[in-house]
Amino acid sequence: MADEVLGLGGVDAYYGDSHVLHGVSFALGEARLLGLLGRNGAGKTTCMNVTMGILRPRRGTVTLFGRGIAGQPPEDIAARGMALVPQGRRIFKSLTVHENLLVAARPPQKNGAHAPWTFDTVYATFPRLKERQGQVAAYLSGGEQQMLAIGRALMANPRVLLMDEPSEGLAPQIVAEVMATIRRLKEQGLSIILVEQNAKLVFDIADDIVILNSGRVAVSGTTAELRNSGIDLHQHLGIY
Amino acid sequence: MSLWGILAINSVAFGGLLFLLSAGFSLIFGLMRVPNLTHGSMFMLGGYVGSTLYLTWHLPFWLAALGAAATVAVFGGVIERLLLRRLSGSILAQVLVTLGISFIVADFCLLTWTGDPISVATPPGLTGGVRAFGLFFTTYRIAIILVACVVAALLWALLDKTRLGAMIRAGVDDPEMARVVGIRVSRLFTIVFCLGAGLAGFGGIMGAPILTVYPGLDGDMLPLALVVVILGGAGSLLGSLVGSFLIGFVYNFGQAMLPELAYFVLFLPMVLVLVLRPQGLFGRHAP
Repeated sequence: MADEVLGLGGVDAYYGDSHVLHGVSFALGEARLLGLLGRNGAGKTTCMNVTMGILRPRRGTVTLFGRGIAGQPPEDIAARGMALVPQGRRIFKSLTVHENLLVAARPPQKNGAHAPWTFDTVYATFPRLKERQGQVAAYLSGGEQQMLAIGRALMANPRVLLMDEPSEGLAPQIVAEVMATIRRLKEQGLSIILVEQNAKLVFDIADDIVILNSGRVAVSGTTAELRNSGIDLHQHLGIY
Repeated sequence: MSLWGILAINSVAFGGLLFLLSAGFSLIFGLMRVPNLTHGSMFMLGGYVGSTLYLTWHLPFWLAALGAAATVAVFGGVIERLLLRRLSGSILAQVLVTLGISFIVADFCLLTWTGDPISVATPPGLTGGVRAFGLFFTTYRIAIILVACVVAALLWALLDKTRLGAMIRAGVDDPEMARVVGIRVSRLFTIVFCLGAGLAGFGGIMGAPILTVYPGLDGDMLPLALVVVILGGAGSLLGSLVGSFLIGFVYNFGQAMLPELAYFVLFLPMVLVLVLRPQGLFGRHAP
Protein backbone atom coordinates (compact mmCIF):
# COMPACT_ATOMS: atom_id res chain seq x y z
CA MET A 1 0.00 0.00 0.00
CA ALA A 2 1.04 3.59 -0.49
CA ASP A 3 2.28 5.58 2.51
CA GLU A 4 -0.10 5.37 5.42
CA VAL A 5 -1.68 8.68 6.35
CA LEU A 6 -4.18 7.48 8.94
CA GLY A 7 -4.21 4.34 11.01
CA LEU A 8 -6.38 2.86 13.74
CA GLY A 9 -4.71 0.21 15.88
CA GLY A 10 -6.68 -2.01 18.23
CA VAL A 11 -9.26 0.64 19.02
CA ASP A 12 -11.80 -0.13 21.74
CA ALA A 13 -14.54 2.43 22.22
CA TYR A 14 -17.54 2.69 24.48
CA TYR A 15 -20.69 4.77 24.72
CA GLY A 16 -21.12 4.79 28.45
CA ASP A 17 -21.10 1.11 29.38
CA SER A 18 -21.85 -0.28 25.96
CA HIS A 19 -18.81 -1.61 24.18
CA VAL A 20 -19.12 -0.45 20.55
CA LEU A 21 -15.71 -1.02 18.93
CA HIS A 22 -13.66 -4.16 19.65
CA GLY A 23 -10.01 -3.86 18.67
CA VAL A 24 -10.64 -2.15 15.33
CA SER A 25 -7.56 -1.71 13.13
CA PHE A 26 -7.25 -0.45 9.60
CA ALA A 27 -5.09 1.95 7.62
CA LEU A 28 -5.73 4.57 4.98
CA GLY A 29 -3.04 5.09 2.34
CA GLU A 30 -2.02 8.38 0.77
CA ALA A 31 -4.42 9.49 -1.98
CA ARG A 32 -6.52 6.37 -1.56
CA LEU A 33 -10.19 5.95 -0.91
CA LEU A 34 -11.17 3.52 1.79
CA GLY A 35 -14.77 2.37 1.91
CA LEU A 36 -16.05 1.52 5.38
CA LEU A 37 -19.05 -0.77 5.14
CA GLY A 38 -21.31 -2.38 7.66
CA ARG A 39 -24.86 -2.75 8.82
CA ASN A 40 -26.65 -0.21 10.93
CA GLY A 41 -25.01 -0.18 14.34
CA ALA A 42 -21.87 -1.97 13.17
CA GLY A 43 -19.74 0.89 14.52
CA LYS A 44 -18.97 2.87 11.36
CA THR A 45 -19.93 6.28 12.73
CA THR A 46 -18.23 5.46 16.02
CA CYS A 47 -15.02 4.83 14.06
CA MET A 48 -15.37 8.27 12.50
CA ASN A 49 -16.08 9.88 15.88
CA VAL A 50 -13.01 8.27 17.41
CA THR A 51 -10.85 9.29 14.45
CA MET A 52 -12.05 12.89 14.56
CA GLY A 53 -11.62 13.16 18.33
CA ILE A 54 -15.31 13.45 19.14
CA LEU A 55 -15.18 10.20 21.10
CA ARG A 56 -12.14 9.21 23.14
CA PRO A 57 -11.15 5.57 22.62
CA ARG A 58 -10.62 3.56 25.78
CA ARG A 59 -7.79 1.52 24.27
CA GLY A 60 -5.82 1.54 21.07
CA THR A 61 -4.06 4.07 18.89
CA VAL A 62 -5.06 6.52 16.19
CA THR A 63 -2.21 7.90 14.13
CA LEU A 64 -2.33 10.73 11.62
CA PHE A 65 0.81 11.14 9.51
CA GLY A 66 2.63 8.95 12.00
CA ARG A 67 1.66 10.96 15.09
CA GLY A 68 -0.67 9.70 17.78
CA ILE A 69 -3.90 11.69 17.97
CA ALA A 70 -6.10 9.43 20.10
CA GLY A 71 -7.81 11.46 22.79
CA GLN A 72 -6.91 14.84 21.31
CA PRO A 73 -9.72 17.38 20.99
CA PRO A 74 -11.35 17.66 17.55
CA GLU A 75 -10.16 21.24 17.01
CA ASP A 76 -6.54 20.08 17.29
CA ILE A 77 -7.13 17.14 14.97
CA ALA A 78 -8.78 19.49 12.47
CA ALA A 79 -5.69 21.68 12.65
CA ARG A 80 -3.54 18.67 11.73
CA GLY A 81 -5.34 18.29 8.42
CA MET A 82 -8.39 16.12 8.99
CA ALA A 83 -11.95 17.09 8.14
CA LEU A 84 -15.27 15.35 8.61
CA VAL A 85 -18.47 15.42 6.58
CA PRO A 86 -20.66 14.15 9.39
CA GLN A 87 -23.65 11.88 9.29
CA GLY A 88 -26.80 13.97 9.03
CA ARG A 89 -24.73 16.82 7.50
CA ARG A 90 -24.88 19.00 10.61
CA ILE A 91 -24.43 22.28 8.79
CA PHE A 92 -24.75 25.41 10.92
CA LYS A 93 -28.41 26.10 10.28
CA SER A 94 -28.64 29.70 11.44
CA LEU A 95 -25.60 30.77 9.43
CA THR A 96 -25.71 31.66 5.76
CA VAL A 97 -24.15 29.35 3.19
CA HIS A 98 -21.21 31.73 2.89
CA GLU A 99 -20.73 31.89 6.67
CA ASN A 100 -20.80 28.09 6.92
CA LEU A 101 -17.82 28.03 4.59
CA LEU A 102 -16.17 31.04 6.22
CA VAL A 103 -16.03 29.62 9.75
CA ALA A 104 -14.31 26.46 8.53
CA ALA A 105 -11.78 28.14 6.23
CA ARG A 106 -8.16 27.34 6.95
CA PRO A 107 -5.07 28.02 4.85
CA PRO A 108 -3.56 24.89 3.27
CA GLN A 109 -0.71 23.12 5.00
CA LYS A 110 2.63 23.46 3.29
CA ASN A 111 2.75 19.94 1.93
CA GLY A 112 -0.87 19.86 0.80
CA ALA A 113 -1.18 17.74 -2.30
CA HIS A 114 -3.55 19.79 -4.43
CA ALA A 115 -4.36 23.39 -5.21
CA PRO A 116 -5.81 25.12 -2.16
CA TRP A 117 -9.55 25.22 -1.65
CA THR A 118 -11.01 28.72 -1.57
CA PHE A 119 -14.48 30.19 -1.82
CA ASP A 120 -13.96 30.34 -5.59
CA THR A 121 -12.99 26.72 -6.01
CA VAL A 122 -15.71 25.44 -3.67
CA TYR A 123 -18.30 27.55 -5.47
CA ALA A 124 -16.95 26.31 -8.82
CA THR A 125 -17.34 22.73 -7.61
CA PHE A 126 -20.86 23.38 -6.27
CA PRO A 127 -22.38 26.15 -8.39
CA ARG A 128 -25.67 25.85 -6.54
CA LEU A 129 -23.99 26.94 -3.32
CA LYS A 130 -22.78 30.06 -5.06
CA GLU A 131 -26.33 30.89 -6.13
CA ARG A 132 -27.45 30.53 -2.54
CA GLN A 133 -24.46 31.96 -0.74
CA GLY A 134 -26.48 34.64 1.08
CA GLN A 135 -29.24 32.26 2.11
CA VAL A 136 -29.63 30.89 5.62
CA ALA A 137 -28.50 27.27 5.49
CA ALA A 138 -31.62 25.93 7.19
CA TYR A 139 -33.58 26.63 3.99
CA LEU A 140 -31.39 24.55 1.69
CA SER A 141 -32.64 21.28 0.23
CA GLY A 142 -31.13 18.02 1.46
CA GLY A 143 -28.80 17.76 -1.51
CA GLU A 144 -27.68 21.35 -1.15
CA GLN A 145 -27.06 20.81 2.56
CA GLN A 146 -24.88 17.82 1.69
CA MET A 147 -22.91 19.91 -0.80
CA LEU A 148 -22.50 22.56 1.87
CA ALA A 149 -21.27 19.98 4.38
CA ILE A 150 -18.70 18.78 1.83
CA GLY A 151 -17.75 22.32 0.85
CA ARG A 152 -17.34 23.25 4.50
CA ALA A 153 -14.97 20.32 5.04
CA LEU A 154 -12.97 21.26 1.94
CA MET A 155 -12.56 24.89 3.06
CA ALA A 156 -10.26 23.60 5.80
CA ASN A 157 -7.94 22.30 3.06
CA PRO A 158 -7.74 18.88 4.67
CA ARG A 159 -5.33 16.14 3.66
CA VAL A 160 -7.60 13.45 5.05
CA LEU A 161 -11.35 13.61 4.52
CA LEU A 162 -13.84 11.50 6.46
CA MET A 163 -17.28 11.22 4.87
CA ASP A 164 -20.02 9.62 6.91
CA GLU A 165 -22.89 8.44 4.69
CA PRO A 166 -22.94 11.38 2.31
CA SER A 167 -25.60 9.64 0.20
CA GLU A 168 -28.05 9.26 3.06
CA GLY A 169 -31.50 10.57 2.28
CA LEU A 170 -30.64 11.95 -1.14
CA ALA A 171 -32.39 11.38 -4.46
CA PRO A 172 -30.54 9.00 -6.83
CA GLN A 173 -29.38 11.68 -9.26
CA ILE A 174 -28.03 13.78 -6.38
CA VAL A 175 -26.23 10.71 -5.03
CA ALA A 176 -24.59 10.27 -8.43
CA GLU A 177 -23.51 13.90 -8.33
CA VAL A 178 -22.04 13.53 -4.86
CA MET A 179 -20.19 10.36 -5.87
CA ALA A 180 -18.77 12.10 -8.93
CA THR A 181 -17.49 14.85 -6.64
CA ILE A 182 -15.89 12.32 -4.30
CA ARG A 183 -14.16 10.65 -7.26
CA ARG A 184 -12.79 14.01 -8.38
CA LEU A 185 -11.50 14.76 -4.87
CA LYS A 186 -9.68 11.44 -4.82
CA GLU A 187 -8.15 12.15 -8.22
CA GLN A 188 -6.86 15.44 -6.80
CA GLY A 189 -4.87 13.46 -4.24
CA LEU A 190 -7.07 13.67 -1.18
CA SER A 191 -7.06 10.63 1.11
CA ILE A 192 -10.66 9.71 1.89
CA ILE A 193 -12.61 7.39 4.14
CA LEU A 194 -16.13 6.90 2.83
CA VAL A 195 -18.64 5.38 5.22
CA GLU A 196 -21.59 3.82 3.44
CA GLN A 197 -24.41 1.38 3.89
CA ASN A 198 -24.69 0.97 0.15
CA ALA A 199 -22.05 -1.58 -0.82
CA LYS A 200 -22.54 -1.10 -4.54
CA LEU A 201 -21.59 2.58 -4.35
CA VAL A 202 -18.46 1.74 -2.41
CA PHE A 203 -17.32 -1.09 -4.68
CA ASP A 204 -17.64 1.33 -7.61
CA ILE A 205 -15.37 3.94 -6.15
CA ALA A 206 -13.11 2.59 -3.37
CA ASP A 207 -9.51 1.37 -3.56
CA ASP A 208 -9.70 -0.47 -0.26
CA ILE A 209 -12.62 -1.80 1.70
CA VAL A 210 -13.15 -2.52 5.37
CA ILE A 211 -16.33 -4.25 6.51
CA LEU A 212 -17.34 -3.89 10.12
CA ASN A 213 -19.59 -6.37 11.84
CA SER A 214 -20.74 -5.80 15.43
CA GLY A 215 -17.85 -3.46 16.15
CA ARG A 216 -15.14 -5.77 14.72
CA VAL A 217 -13.33 -5.72 11.41
CA ALA A 218 -14.86 -8.68 9.60
CA VAL A 219 -13.23 -8.29 6.21
CA SER A 220 -10.62 -5.98 4.79
CA GLY A 221 -8.62 -5.78 1.61
CA THR A 222 -8.41 -3.99 -1.70
CA THR A 223 -11.57 -3.73 -3.72
CA ALA A 224 -10.20 -6.07 -6.37
CA GLU A 225 -9.25 -8.69 -3.76
CA LEU A 226 -12.68 -8.61 -2.22
CA ARG A 227 -14.39 -8.74 -5.58
CA ASN A 228 -12.41 -11.81 -6.61
CA SER A 229 -12.49 -13.58 -3.28
CA GLY A 230 -16.14 -14.40 -3.55
CA ILE A 231 -16.79 -13.38 0.03
CA ASP A 232 -20.44 -13.61 0.87
CA LEU A 233 -21.25 -9.96 1.46
CA HIS A 234 -24.74 -10.86 2.58
CA GLN A 235 -23.29 -12.44 5.65
CA HIS A 236 -21.87 -9.08 6.79
CA LEU A 237 -24.07 -6.54 5.14
CA GLY A 238 -27.51 -8.09 5.14
CA ILE A 239 -29.74 -7.51 2.22
CA TYR A 240 -27.46 -6.18 -0.52
CA MET B 1 -41.37 72.04 30.82
CA SER B 2 -43.79 69.19 30.85
CA LEU B 3 -43.47 66.26 33.17
CA TRP B 4 -44.11 63.94 30.25
CA GLY B 5 -41.17 65.27 28.31
CA ILE B 6 -38.78 64.81 31.22
CA LEU B 7 -40.07 61.35 31.89
CA ALA B 8 -39.72 60.39 28.26
CA ILE B 9 -36.11 61.57 28.03
CA ASN B 10 -35.21 59.90 31.29
CA SER B 11 -36.83 56.74 30.05
CA VAL B 12 -34.81 56.69 26.86
CA ALA B 13 -31.58 57.38 28.74
CA PHE B 14 -32.35 54.71 31.30
CA GLY B 15 -33.13 52.38 28.40
CA GLY B 16 -29.66 53.09 27.05
CA LEU B 17 -28.12 52.09 30.38
CA LEU B 18 -30.26 48.98 30.48
CA PHE B 19 -29.03 48.05 27.04
CA LEU B 20 -25.39 48.24 28.17
CA LEU B 21 -26.36 46.01 31.08
CA SER B 22 -28.57 43.53 29.30
CA ALA B 23 -26.80 43.12 25.95
CA GLY B 24 -24.06 41.15 27.68
CA PHE B 25 -26.55 39.27 29.82
CA SER B 26 -28.49 38.31 26.72
CA LEU B 27 -25.37 37.14 24.88
CA ILE B 28 -24.16 35.07 27.80
CA PHE B 29 -27.58 33.59 28.50
CA GLY B 30 -28.69 33.18 24.91
CA LEU B 31 -25.44 32.00 23.39
CA MET B 32 -23.75 30.15 26.21
CA ARG B 33 -26.89 29.13 28.15
CA VAL B 34 -25.32 30.40 31.34
CA PRO B 35 -27.78 32.20 33.65
CA ASN B 36 -25.18 34.60 34.97
CA LEU B 37 -26.54 36.00 38.21
CA THR B 38 -23.32 37.95 38.78
CA HIS B 39 -24.36 40.33 36.02
CA GLY B 40 -25.77 42.91 38.46
CA SER B 41 -22.52 42.64 40.43
CA MET B 42 -20.55 43.32 37.27
CA PHE B 43 -22.57 46.51 36.80
CA MET B 44 -21.98 47.59 40.40
CA LEU B 45 -18.30 46.64 40.31
CA GLY B 46 -17.90 48.72 37.15
CA GLY B 47 -19.47 51.65 38.96
CA TYR B 48 -17.14 51.34 41.96
CA VAL B 49 -13.96 50.73 39.99
CA GLY B 50 -14.80 53.49 37.52
CA SER B 51 -15.62 56.00 40.24
CA THR B 52 -12.33 55.23 41.98
CA LEU B 53 -10.39 55.67 38.76
CA TYR B 54 -12.25 58.91 38.05
CA LEU B 55 -12.55 60.50 41.48
CA THR B 56 -9.46 59.21 43.31
CA TRP B 57 -7.00 58.63 40.50
CA HIS B 58 -8.31 61.64 38.55
CA LEU B 59 -8.33 59.86 35.22
CA PRO B 60 -10.44 61.45 32.47
CA PHE B 61 -14.00 60.10 32.67
CA TRP B 62 -13.92 58.09 29.44
CA LEU B 63 -10.59 56.55 30.34
CA ALA B 64 -11.95 55.65 33.76
CA ALA B 65 -15.00 54.08 32.09
CA LEU B 66 -12.80 52.01 29.77
CA GLY B 67 -10.60 51.04 32.72
CA ALA B 68 -13.67 49.89 34.65
CA ALA B 69 -14.92 47.91 31.66
CA ALA B 70 -11.53 46.24 31.21
CA THR B 71 -11.25 45.37 34.91
CA VAL B 72 -14.70 43.82 35.03
CA ALA B 73 -14.08 41.99 31.74
CA VAL B 74 -10.96 40.38 33.22
CA PHE B 75 -12.90 39.50 36.37
CA GLY B 76 -15.61 37.91 34.20
CA GLY B 77 -13.01 35.97 32.26
CA VAL B 78 -11.51 34.59 35.47
CA ILE B 79 -14.92 33.44 36.70
CA GLU B 80 -15.68 31.79 33.38
CA ARG B 81 -12.32 30.03 33.10
CA LEU B 82 -11.99 28.90 36.70
CA LEU B 83 -15.59 28.14 37.68
CA LEU B 84 -18.32 28.20 35.06
CA ARG B 85 -16.18 26.20 32.62
CA ARG B 86 -16.36 23.25 35.01
CA LEU B 87 -20.12 23.49 35.38
CA SER B 88 -21.14 23.56 31.75
CA GLY B 89 -24.58 22.11 31.18
CA SER B 90 -25.57 22.17 34.84
CA ILE B 91 -27.92 25.11 35.18
CA LEU B 92 -28.63 24.71 38.89
CA ALA B 93 -24.92 24.67 39.72
CA GLN B 94 -24.38 27.73 37.53
CA VAL B 95 -27.21 29.61 39.24
CA LEU B 96 -25.92 28.78 42.72
CA VAL B 97 -22.29 29.55 41.95
CA THR B 98 -23.01 32.85 40.23
CA LEU B 99 -25.37 33.83 43.04
CA GLY B 100 -22.64 32.96 45.55
CA ILE B 101 -20.11 35.05 43.67
CA SER B 102 -22.53 37.97 43.65
CA PHE B 103 -22.69 37.81 47.49
CA ILE B 104 -18.89 37.72 47.66
CA VAL B 105 -18.62 40.70 45.31
CA ALA B 106 -21.21 42.62 47.33
CA ASP B 107 -19.25 42.07 50.55
CA PHE B 108 -15.98 42.88 48.85
CA CYS B 109 -17.44 46.18 47.64
CA LEU B 110 -18.81 46.96 51.10
CA LEU B 111 -15.39 46.28 52.57
CA THR B 112 -13.53 48.33 50.00
CA TRP B 113 -15.85 51.24 49.29
CA THR B 114 -17.86 51.29 52.56
CA GLY B 115 -21.64 51.47 52.66
CA ASP B 116 -21.90 55.16 51.72
CA PRO B 117 -23.23 55.85 48.26
CA ILE B 118 -20.67 57.38 45.95
CA SER B 119 -21.95 60.24 43.85
CA VAL B 120 -20.12 60.78 40.62
CA ALA B 121 -20.39 64.29 39.21
CA THR B 122 -21.43 64.57 35.59
CA PRO B 123 -18.18 64.59 33.65
CA PRO B 124 -17.06 68.03 32.43
CA GLY B 125 -18.14 68.75 28.88
CA LEU B 126 -21.34 66.80 29.40
CA THR B 127 -22.94 69.06 32.02
CA GLY B 128 -25.84 71.32 31.24
CA GLY B 129 -28.31 70.65 28.53
CA VAL B 130 -29.87 71.59 25.26
CA ARG B 131 -33.23 73.23 24.77
CA ALA B 132 -35.22 71.93 21.83
CA PHE B 133 -38.88 71.44 20.95
CA GLY B 134 -39.74 73.35 24.12
CA LEU B 135 -38.01 70.69 26.20
CA PHE B 136 -34.78 70.63 28.14
CA PHE B 137 -32.48 67.72 27.26
CA THR B 138 -29.70 66.94 29.73
CA THR B 139 -26.48 66.57 27.77
CA TYR B 140 -25.29 63.59 29.78
CA ARG B 141 -28.50 61.67 29.12
CA ILE B 142 -28.16 62.32 25.41
CA ALA B 143 -24.57 61.08 25.63
CA ILE B 144 -25.77 57.83 27.23
CA ILE B 145 -28.29 57.32 24.44
CA LEU B 146 -25.62 57.93 21.81
CA VAL B 147 -23.15 55.59 23.52
CA ALA B 148 -25.80 52.86 23.74
CA CYS B 149 -26.55 53.26 20.03
CA VAL B 150 -22.87 53.08 19.13
CA VAL B 151 -22.38 49.98 21.30
CA ALA B 152 -25.46 48.38 19.71
CA ALA B 153 -24.11 49.06 16.21
CA LEU B 154 -20.66 47.72 17.11
CA LEU B 155 -22.09 44.57 18.67
CA TRP B 156 -24.34 43.96 15.68
CA ALA B 157 -21.40 44.41 13.31
CA LEU B 158 -19.25 42.08 15.41
CA LEU B 159 -21.82 39.30 15.57
CA ASP B 160 -23.34 39.60 12.12
CA LYS B 161 -20.57 40.86 9.90
CA THR B 162 -17.32 39.34 11.12
CA ARG B 163 -15.82 35.87 10.97
CA LEU B 164 -15.51 35.90 14.76
CA GLY B 165 -19.24 36.58 15.04
CA ALA B 166 -20.07 33.78 12.62
CA MET B 167 -17.85 31.43 14.64
CA ILE B 168 -19.65 32.39 17.83
CA ARG B 169 -23.02 31.68 16.19
CA ALA B 170 -21.71 28.39 14.80
CA GLY B 171 -20.59 27.45 18.30
CA VAL B 172 -24.09 28.14 19.55
CA ASP B 173 -25.77 26.18 16.73
CA ASP B 174 -23.76 23.00 17.24
CA PRO B 175 -20.79 23.22 19.63
CA GLU B 176 -19.47 19.76 18.81
CA MET B 177 -19.57 20.29 15.06
CA ALA B 178 -18.00 23.72 15.50
CA ARG B 179 -15.03 22.05 17.21
CA VAL B 180 -14.87 19.49 14.41
CA VAL B 181 -14.43 22.24 11.82
CA GLY B 182 -11.60 23.59 13.97
CA ILE B 183 -13.30 26.40 15.91
CA ARG B 184 -11.92 26.77 19.43
CA VAL B 185 -15.33 27.05 21.02
CA SER B 186 -14.17 27.31 24.62
CA ARG B 187 -11.96 30.27 23.76
CA LEU B 188 -14.88 31.97 21.99
CA PHE B 189 -17.13 31.52 24.99
CA THR B 190 -14.52 33.13 27.21
CA ILE B 191 -14.41 36.07 24.81
CA VAL B 192 -18.21 36.39 24.89
CA PHE B 193 -18.23 36.22 28.68
CA CYS B 194 -15.52 38.89 28.99
CA LEU B 195 -17.36 41.08 26.50
CA GLY B 196 -20.65 40.76 28.37
CA ALA B 197 -19.04 41.42 31.74
CA GLY B 198 -17.08 44.38 30.36
CA LEU B 199 -20.23 45.93 28.89
CA ALA B 200 -22.01 45.60 32.24
CA GLY B 201 -19.05 47.22 33.99
CA PHE B 202 -19.06 49.99 31.40
CA GLY B 203 -22.80 50.48 32.03
CA GLY B 204 -22.11 50.72 35.77
CA ILE B 205 -19.77 53.69 35.46
CA MET B 206 -21.86 55.30 32.70
CA GLY B 207 -24.86 55.11 34.99
CA ALA B 208 -23.00 56.37 38.08
CA PRO B 209 -23.68 60.11 37.51
CA ILE B 210 -27.42 59.32 37.35
CA LEU B 211 -27.89 56.38 39.72
CA THR B 212 -24.88 56.90 42.05
CA VAL B 213 -23.02 53.79 43.17
CA TYR B 214 -24.28 52.14 46.35
CA PRO B 215 -24.50 48.75 48.06
CA GLY B 216 -27.51 46.99 46.61
CA LEU B 217 -27.11 48.45 43.14
CA ASP B 218 -26.37 44.92 41.95
CA GLY B 219 -29.66 43.59 43.25
CA ASP B 220 -31.53 46.54 41.77
CA MET B 221 -30.10 46.01 38.30
CA LEU B 222 -30.13 42.22 37.94
CA PRO B 223 -33.93 41.86 37.83
CA LEU B 224 -34.09 44.62 35.23
CA ALA B 225 -31.61 42.75 33.05
CA LEU B 226 -33.70 39.59 33.48
CA VAL B 227 -36.90 41.37 32.49
CA VAL B 228 -35.28 42.94 29.44
CA VAL B 229 -33.85 39.65 28.22
CA ILE B 230 -37.05 37.69 28.79
CA LEU B 231 -39.01 40.40 27.05
CA GLY B 232 -36.66 40.80 24.09
CA GLY B 233 -35.61 37.20 23.73
CA ALA B 234 -32.35 35.66 24.95
CA GLY B 235 -29.47 35.92 22.53
CA SER B 236 -31.17 38.55 20.38
CA LEU B 237 -29.34 41.85 20.19
CA LEU B 238 -32.34 43.60 18.68
CA GLY B 239 -34.47 42.10 21.43
CA SER B 240 -32.17 43.58 24.09
CA LEU B 241 -32.30 46.98 22.44
CA VAL B 242 -36.09 47.08 22.10
CA GLY B 243 -36.60 45.44 25.49
CA SER B 244 -34.27 47.95 27.18
CA PHE B 245 -36.10 50.99 25.88
CA LEU B 246 -39.47 49.40 26.61
CA ILE B 247 -38.48 48.67 30.19
CA GLY B 248 -36.86 52.11 30.45
CA PHE B 249 -40.26 53.63 29.73
CA VAL B 250 -42.28 51.21 31.84
CA TYR B 251 -39.93 51.67 34.81
CA ASN B 252 -39.85 55.47 34.73
CA PHE B 253 -43.50 56.04 33.95
CA GLY B 254 -44.57 53.31 36.36
CA GLN B 255 -42.62 54.85 39.22
CA ALA B 256 -43.92 58.33 38.48
CA MET B 257 -47.56 57.48 37.92
CA LEU B 258 -48.23 54.34 39.92
CA PRO B 259 -45.49 54.25 42.55
CA GLU B 260 -47.35 51.66 44.63
CA LEU B 261 -47.62 49.39 41.63
CA ALA B 262 -44.18 50.13 40.13
CA TYR B 263 -42.97 46.55 40.33
CA PHE B 264 -46.28 45.18 39.14
CA VAL B 265 -46.14 47.43 36.10
CA LEU B 266 -42.51 46.44 35.55
CA PHE B 267 -43.04 42.70 35.60
CA LEU B 268 -46.44 42.64 33.92
CA PRO B 269 -45.03 42.82 30.37
CA MET B 270 -42.62 40.01 31.26
CA VAL B 271 -45.46 37.80 32.47
CA LEU B 272 -47.48 38.56 29.34
CA VAL B 273 -44.56 37.71 27.09
CA LEU B 274 -43.85 34.49 29.00
CA VAL B 275 -47.47 33.44 28.58
CA LEU B 276 -48.02 34.54 25.00
CA ARG B 277 -44.58 34.28 23.42
CA PRO B 278 -42.14 32.42 25.66
CA GLN B 279 -39.18 32.87 23.31
CA GLY B 280 -39.45 36.67 23.75
CA LEU B 281 -40.34 39.29 21.19
CA PHE B 282 -37.28 38.66 19.03
CA GLY B 283 -36.01 35.36 20.38
CA ARG B 284 -35.45 32.37 18.15
CA HIS B 285 -36.33 29.66 20.61
CA ALA B 286 -37.72 29.36 24.10
CA PRO B 287 -35.11 29.35 26.85
